[in-house]
Amino acid sequence: MNEPPAKVQFDNLEQQHDASRLGMWLFLATEFLFFGVLFMAFAVHHLLHPQAFASAVKQTNLLCGSINAALLLTSGLTMALGVTAIQNGRSRACVNWVSLTLILGLVFLAVKGAEYAGDISKGLVPGRHFAMNGEPAAQIFFWLYWLMTGLHAIHLIVGIVMLAAIAWMTKQGRFSARYATPVELAGIYWGFVDLIWIFLYPLLYLIGRVK
Amino acid sequence: MSIPVLPDSASTLAPKTDLILLALTALSVVVMAIVFLPMIYFLFKYRRGRPADRTPLDLPTMKIEVTWTVIPLVLMMGLYAWASEVYLEEETPPLGAIEINVVGKQWMWKIEHAEGNAEINELHVPVGKPVKLTLASQDVIHSFFIPAFRIKQDVVPGRYTSEWFQPTKPGTYHLFCSQYCGNNHSQMIGSVVVMEPAAYERWLAESSPGQTLAQQGASLFRELGCSGCHMGNSVVHAPRFEGLYGKPVALQTGQVVIADDAYLRDCILTPAARVPGGYSPLMPSFQGRVNEGEIFQLIAYIKSLASAPVEGSPP
Amino acid sequence: MNAVELPPPVETEEVNYLTCECGVKQWLLTTDHKRIGILFLYTILVFFTLAAVAAALMRIELLTPKGDLLLSADYNKLFTMHGVLMVWFFLIPSIPSVLGNFLVPLMIGARDLAFPKLNLLSWYLFVIGGALAMDAIIRGGVDTGWTFYAPYSTTYSNSHVIEMAAGIFVAGFGSILTGLNFIITIHKMRAPGLTWFRLPLFIWSMYSTSLILVLATPVLAMTLALMAIERIWGVGIFNPALGGDPVLFQHLFWFYSHPAVYIMILPGMGVASEVIPCFSRKAIFGYEFVAFSSVAIAVLGFLVWGHHMFVSGMSPYAGTVFSLMSFLVAVPSAIKVFNWTMTLHRGSISFSTPMLYVLGFIGLFTIGGLTGVFLACLAADVHLHDTYFVIAHFHYIMVGGMVTTFMAGLHYWWPKIVGRMYPEKLGQLSAVILFVGFNLTFFPMFILGGLGMPRRYHAYPPEFQIYHVLSTAGASILGIGYLLPVIYLLWSLKFGKKAPPNPWGATGLEWKTPSPPPKHNFHRTPIVHEPAYNFPPLDAS
Repeated sequence: MNEPPAKVQFDNLEQQHDASRLGMWLFLATEFLFFGVLFMAFAVHHLLHPQAFASAVKQTNLLCGSINAALLLTSGLTMALGVTAIQNGRSRACVNWVSLTLILGLVFLAVKGAEYAGDISKGLVPGRHFAMNGEPAAQIFFWLYWLMTGLHAIHLIVGIVMLAAIAWMTKQGRFSARYATPVELAGIYWGFVDLIWIFLYPLLYLIGRVK
Repeated sequence: MSIPVLPDSASTLAPKTDLILLALTALSVVVMAIVFLPMIYFLFKYRRGRPADRTPLDLPTMKIEVTWTVIPLVLMMGLYAWASEVYLEEETPPLGAIEINVVGKQWMWKIEHAEGNAEINELHVPVGKPVKLTLASQDVIHSFFIPAFRIKQDVVPGRYTSEWFQPTKPGTYHLFCSQYCGNNHSQMIGSVVVMEPAAYERWLAESSPGQTLAQQGASLFRELGCSGCHMGNSVVHAPRFEGLYGKPVALQTGQVVIADDAYLRDCILTPAARVPGGYSPLMPSFQGRVNEGEIFQLIAYIKSLASAPVEGSPP
Repeated sequence: MNAVELPPPVETEEVNYLTCECGVKQWLLTTDHKRIGILFLYTILVFFTLAAVAAALMRIELLTPKGDLLLSADYNKLFTMHGVLMVWFFLIPSIPSVLGNFLVPLMIGARDLAFPKLNLLSWYLFVIGGALAMDAIIRGGVDTGWTFYAPYSTTYSNSHVIEMAAGIFVAGFGSILTGLNFIITIHKMRAPGLTWFRLPLFIWSMYSTSLILVLATPVLAMTLALMAIERIWGVGIFNPALGGDPVLFQHLFWFYSHPAVYIMILPGMGVASEVIPCFSRKAIFGYEFVAFSSVAIAVLGFLVWGHHMFVSGMSPYAGTVFSLMSFLVAVPSAIKVFNWTMTLHRGSISFSTPMLYVLGFIGLFTIGGLTGVFLACLAADVHLHDTYFVIAHFHYIMVGGMVTTFMAGLHYWWPKIVGRMYPEKLGQLSAVILFVGFNLTFFPMFILGGLGMPRRYHAYPPEFQIYHVLSTAGASILGIGYLLPVIYLLWSLKFGKKAPPNPWGATGLEWKTPSPPPKHNFHRTPIVHEPAYNFPPLDAS
């Protein structure tokens, strides 16, 4: 197990590790505020147009949304197991868990893609061919739907690329129980992607669906 | 030309606002004296090279800090309460005010009096009577600002805002748009003419178009075909307007709203959004077919039916 | 935490961060926080100059009541350019990215920031954002005002709004990374013995500023993105014709932009808190109160955005809550001013250039802060909102506060940054010119605002002319106050006297290393045993 020396600005690896981890948390705080604007816009328009939002939410694909929620929650567990594995020095197990997480992420994207295709054929893309023409505010719901899920998907893709790199590097033996910072950072990031979905799922699929 | 220092004061609100401004100015002068006089004294007394006693004092830091935190805090809370009270009064128009409608659009003000008189970039009002303005924008955000009255209100597209004043002094005063609204923002100005009541009546009569705002609304009501469903013996089941204005309306959702200007405006532009109970959402939207000025006329017409006898089936 | 012994220093004085590896490539790919600070300094000066030219043109136009020099469309583009460039491309990065970058590691005894590559990235993001903004201006400009209010920006404006928003969006990520870097560095990389309450107050102010940068900027980024998307595809979130709400844009915009106002003053307060003790030879009065008031301003600053919207049609009851919070946020600022004044008591005061700038700052900031109370005050704000009173108020804070302290800081740390002294007499002179010119430019605007002169007017009623003439006259004096330092500071690079490590006899770790500092700041990691501003006691003489 080779262990890289601490970068010149740090006194030791422990300090470097602490700084990186705190940095990732802070970065995710900014990400959360970034999404926060969309949540805020959603909340305001939900209050302004309760009826339009209630009828719009019935058009989203509950099945796909629920499968994806289950997939991502499971992937959160597998990622956590991957991080625990490398912290205990079991890099083979870590590679397996991280790869499984990655696959769950890919399946999520596949389901999401199928759902998008269905949405498009149902005319749920705002614009000239929007299916729910009677209610202009339903367009706002779907704008936010596409923006929020799209932005989430971009974050997920970034996460998948990150996990692929982590899995490969772990396989190369770059990480060990003593030096697992990048694996942990990827884990924290993945948790954030999970968390965003936990907010999106009820907003876009559940609230107002059943009266 | 004389150099102006203070703005004209020509409404009942102006002296109240000015008193607050005066108090704020006085407070500022006192605070500046408290900060700057000792500062200048210290700068003189303790400048390097000048002999002075500089041995450190053992001051009760905590007590000093608490003092100069609490005193400003108390003063500010007093000012806050005072100014908020005046503000809330400013936001609440008195009953029985003269109602005038204002439409802002790039880059002019269009004013509609209930008597039917319309004017551009000029607002004629009588002295001594409260006036309530209902403001609408045809395009972007504007702001209706009369410095001599100390009032200002943004005019926001998609909703009604309002402001009121009671002029106290005849004269001609500036009217400004104070929210940046594009190219000719600085041309979106005009004047407010405050007249003696008799002169105002004369002005109303002389510039009268012959039809009141409600009558203009009534003709529009027929032209647009509203009367086809909302009047007479129509086969379509649509709400009637007699006795409607200002009354509560139960919606399909069970929610109850008051049939005020804002609700009527919404019903004309987005009829499907808040359908009254017992009716189907059949009405087409009139978005793009009527402008804000015409909506004011329609609402004036519906308002004029408020005291008319209810005919047909009540909603 | 263990101090790591670095290899013994090379005993040639000449090798420092400026003289080692000085090719273009070494500068453009540097990860040295000091060099990145200098890269930022040059970049923001370019933007400052452009924005100042825009202001000069506006002031010349306003000499006469009729709009006779410029078309109204051009005037509108000029004030937009002035606002956008000054706020996002000069003021926000001024003290944090230039002096903060240079000083944060030096002041806490670290070899660099925690993430040097991210630091370089933030400069590149800033440059790319600035290039986009400049391109938008060159291709015809933007006429929305720096506030981009919907629906004017989303539907009605015929200018390069999207590109300008993209520029601010990209530069915003640079700000986020800078803030993130500072917070982590201050948390994790302080020298042994440098506890939180031994930190210089400049570090406290940088920490508070960074909190705002990190937590508010993403909101701005997303709001501008929504605005741009709405402009491209007609989304309708802010468009009333589609059921949207234009006032929502204002809420989101000011949720960022009000805290951003504190990004434009907290760092200045930090500089003042360094300079005053140094030139009074005395520890600052009430250290903890000055430190915590920075944090209090940063936190309360997030709760007052609605005071920009008292006449926007927002609920009057919301207005009263925002007014209350705005009154509260004035208190910590007042505490700072009282503590600075008290620090002078029984000090040994020298009127060196940085001190003159800071004394001017206290005066201007006090006026700016007190007039802020006018605007927090509901009934008064209804009259003063969107008039020249507001312009005067925020220029007293941003120019009188931030630019003045930026000049103070630049002079104070100039010997450390370049290793040369500037000519003292000229420095003092330009501090006085700045103070006089500034007041003449902006004080008449308070009266104009009281009279009801609205902002963003290209032409105005003739009775306001006298005040505009005074203001333009003041602006030309102010211009000299900016040009003079540029000339003598450049002169000092070559001809200035060589600076000793600690020319002012100041405390603080940055003065315990050579001027200019070596590449990794300290020959060995310093260990701190004393509180900040631990000057030897003064006596009766």
